[in-house]
Amino acid sequence: MFLSEATTSGFSYLAPWLVFFPVIGLLINIILGNRFSERVIGTIASLASGAAFVVSVLLAYTVSINHGEVSFHELAKWIHIGSLKLDWTFRIDSLSTTMMLVVSGVGTLIHIYAIGYMHEDVRFKNDPGRFRRFFVFLNLFIAAMMILVSGDSYLMLFVGWEGVGLCSFLLIGFWYEMDTLARPSWANSNAAKKAFITNRVGDFGFLIAGFIMFWQFGSFQFDEVFGKVHEVPESAVIAITLFMLVGVAGKSAQIPLYVWLPDAMAGPTPVSALIHAATMVTAGVYLVTRSAPLYSAVHNAQEIVALVGAATALFAATIAVGQYDIKKVLAYSTISQLGFMVAAVGMGAYVAGMFHLITHAFFKALLFLSAGSVILGMERGHHHAAHGHHDDHGKGKKGKKKEEHHEEEHHEVFDPGDMRNMGGLRKTMPVTFWLYMIGTLALAGIFPFAGFWSKDEILLDTAKLYPVVYWLLAIAAFFTAFYMGRQVWMVFFGEHRHEAAAHAEESPRVITIPLMVLAGLSVLGGALNLPGVHTLGHWLEHTVELVEHEVHIAEWLEVSWGGLNPYVALISTVAALLAILVSWFIYGRNPLKAGQIDPLKRSLGGLFTLLEDKWRVDEIYQAIIITPFARLSELLADVIDWKFWHDFVHERIIAGTYNWLSNIALDRYADQKGIDAFANWLGTASQWLSANLRKVQNGFVRSYSLSVLLGVVLIVGYLILK
Amino acid sequence: MVPVDYYIILSAILFTIGVLGVLIRRNALIIFMSIELMLNSANLAIVAFSSVIKSFSGQIFVFFVIAVAAAEVAVGLALIVEIFKSKHSIDVDQMSSLKG
Amino acid sequence: MTPDLILFLVLALVAIATALGMLFSRNSVYSALFLVLNFVTVAVFYLLLGAPFIAMSQITVYAGAIMVLFLFVIMLLGAESLPKSEVLPWQKPLAIGLAVILAVESTYLLVTKARPTGDVLAPDAAVNTMENLRELGMKLFSDYLLPFEVTSILLLVAMVGAILLTKKEKGVQK
Repeated sequence: MFLSEATTSGFSYLAPWLVFFPVIGLLINIILGNRFSERVIGTIASLASGAAFVVSVLLAYTVSINHGEVSFHELAKWIHIGSLKLDWTFRIDSLSTTMMLVVSGVGTLIHIYAIGYMHEDVRFKNDPGRFRRFFVFLNLFIAAMMILVSGDSYLMLFVGWEGVGLCSFLLIGFWYEMDTLARPSWANSNAAKKAFITNRVGDFGFLIAGFIMFWQFGSFQFDEVFGKVHEVPESAVIAITLFMLVGVAGKSAQIPLYVWLPDAMAGPTPVSALIHAATMVTAGVYLVTRSAPLYSAVHNAQEIVALVGAATALFAATIAVGQYDIKKVLAYSTISQLGFMVAAVGMGAYVAGMFHLITHAFFKALLFLSAGSVILGMERGHHHAAHGHHDDHGKGKKGKKKEEHHEEEHHEVFDPGDMRNMGGLRKTMPVTFWLYMIGTLALAGIFPFAGFWSKDEILLDTAKLYPVVYWLLAIAAFFTAFYMGRQVWMVFFGEHRHEAAAHAEESPRVITIPLMVLAGLSVLGGALNLPGVHTLGHWLEHTVELVEHEVHIAEWLEVSWGGLNPYVALISTVAALLAILVSWFIYGRNPLKAGQIDPLKRSLGGLFTLLEDKWRVDEIYQAIIITPFARLSELLADVIDWKFWHDFVHERIIAGTYNWLSNIALDRYADQKGIDAFANWLGTASQWLSANLRKVQNGFVRSYSLSVLLGVVLIVGYLILK
Repeated sequence: MVPVDYYIILSAILFTIGVLGVLIRRNALIIFMSIELMLNSANLAIVAFSSVIKSFSGQIFVFFVIAVAAAEVAVGLALIVEIFKSKHSIDVDQMSSLKG
Repeated sequence: MTPDLILFLVLALVAIATALGMLFSRNSVYSALFLVLNFVTVAVFYLLLGAPFIAMSQITVYAGAIMVLFLFVIMLLGAESLPKSEVLPWQKPLAIGLAVILAVESTYLLVTKARPTGDVLAPDAAVNTMENLRELGMKLFSDYLLPFEVTSILLLVAMVGAILLTKKEKGVQK
């Protein structure tokens, strides 16, 4: 906060525009957008995001000409109370510029894609007016994410953290009054709430970490904290890192807080691509990388982080095998890949983790957007089929339907994302097919696509540092290739299982062109950090360091062909090819027919059902946490608060006592029987007195004279006694 | 030599009898006569005292008392006669119109 | 027991007896006559006390004029005895009680507290009448002239009042 050097050589003064451009974009769209056409709205939003990208490029350039030296730009003094100084300062170093580039770059491509996608989506859902809102929220997200990655302190990071959580909620619940099949329902808003609340649990952990940090370190600012790591008791650092892990688990969808991400597929596909694949969920990985000095100081915490990541990777990969919705497969794939990243950075392999983050952003965004293209194609096909021939196509072949599919004349509930309805789309949507293939191969880690290089580096580093994690990740990589293969065979090969697939159309260029850009990046992205050259590694080294622990490295890992270890590479490639072969055996050779049950289900039976049901984790949470919690709050509200406090204490005790006091005690006894009675008695007494005194005046002179005599006697008696 | 106390006692007794007469008797005339008796007893006491102190003031006072008593009797009897004319009775218990 | 003491006691008894007789007799005429006797007795007392003028005026005015007037009225109104209806039952006992108390109290008071010590005049000094009378007359017309004259007006007023009271508005009717 105190070294706000604006370096003279460089563009660090442009840093606030990272946030301002998207904010200006969203303000223009909010205030003036109701007069603009869809094209203009989308262009403004994309330009805003693109301008942020340009600024990121300039900032990266600044860092490079300063030879990796960090620069700061203080924007505003926020809280200055006594010795407490918290400011909004931008930190421009290699790590933050890397994140900025990824977020704004991929973000801009997705903005452009979303123009075409949302144009069709709002028409399928019959609400064209909602187009503008989407782009406002997207720009808001870019702004919040920029705050997150460019902040110079944990406090600013947290501001962005919360902001992206909010945008995630807004965008998941974009179609808040319906479910994914456009029927009126609470489903989408529940998904949004689930995301927000689960994230909140993670934020709680982050906050505790922040409190401990402030208590021990006295500051949130990165340099101050990192400088004092060794002066603070180790238990505090362990506590901070582990609580931060809770936050990472929430934001980056690790065990046990990953449950929101599959439900988040309720949002439109660009949202899934941008937020839940490329950028927001990587915030946790960024956090751990940024906190490298903290984690490096406590080896035990590192092990825990790595194990959590690896376990998540394997767990999610197994679930992905049993999913039928095209986006859900990709969602669990994302969770699994995030597990890879978290495992990597957890162990200290920050470069590998960040590399995978970048390449994953490329190919996962590509995959999601292509899936969106497939879904749109299915919708178009469904509409053509429905409007074309009513009679023949109302009955006939259907895919294995879930309960919500039922046959009606014109209102057949059709799920365009269900892979069991697809099949043979290779012929009807060729461009999308090839793009999807590139993404799949990159994700599966096939040479020479980007995913191969990044995943391989992770595997190599984990093999060296933590073998258990390595084997877990290797198995997860096997499953990754398997479920992607399954998906490709089910969606693009075989016969059309539904007439929607038969009539599916290719997407317009506004959709496919950003995909092509992403595909190019997926192919060439490996060049960012080729082994031996380590461009990214050198770049990031200015900010983070790969910590080499003193571990015994097996001999076979020591082999290096210009940085590449052939054994690890071989193992991973063979595993991936094997997985694809197995998937071809099951799904590709005898393609699924309409109505046919998944072949794995026949062979694995109950195990496959568990995979379909996501290991019933949501149900477990519901039973253990949510239902008791709901019952507890009902108990507190109805019984304790209403019945006890309100009815009993307030009504009976307090109000009752008061009423008793005023009506009975005071009114009846004190007032009526007491004071009134006394006052009435006074009247009665004076009446009685006067009635009796009246008898003295009886008119008889003799009695009067007797009174006189009485008086005389008394006076004389007094005189005697005196 | 008679001590003056005896005259005092006698005067007191006569006075008491007069008081009794006023209170007990219902005949207005008897009541009037009892009043005279009371006056008389007072006169007796005064004269007794004046003889003890050998002064004539007491006798002169008694002289005036007698004169006043005579005047009072005249008027009082005239009143009683008038009352008798309206009430046809001299029972004082009958004259209770001032009862309250 | 000197003779004047015996005389005093006898006369006292007579006085008290006649007073009681006046009180208790049922006939009004008898009451009046008893009272006359009482007055005469008291006049004798006056003589014993050396006040001859007072004694004479007692007999003349009291016994002679006032009691005669009483007798006239008794005659006028009829000496009837009243029936024994009692509207004030408590009157008699209470009156007797209080009167007795009064007697005792007043006796006690006058004898013990306000008592002039001394004896009354000796009998021989009481007989000297001409000296007393001259002095009395002198005093009456010098020191007590005003009350004397006022008393005459009082008598006039009484006379006028008595006549006025018994006079009817409708004219003089006897």
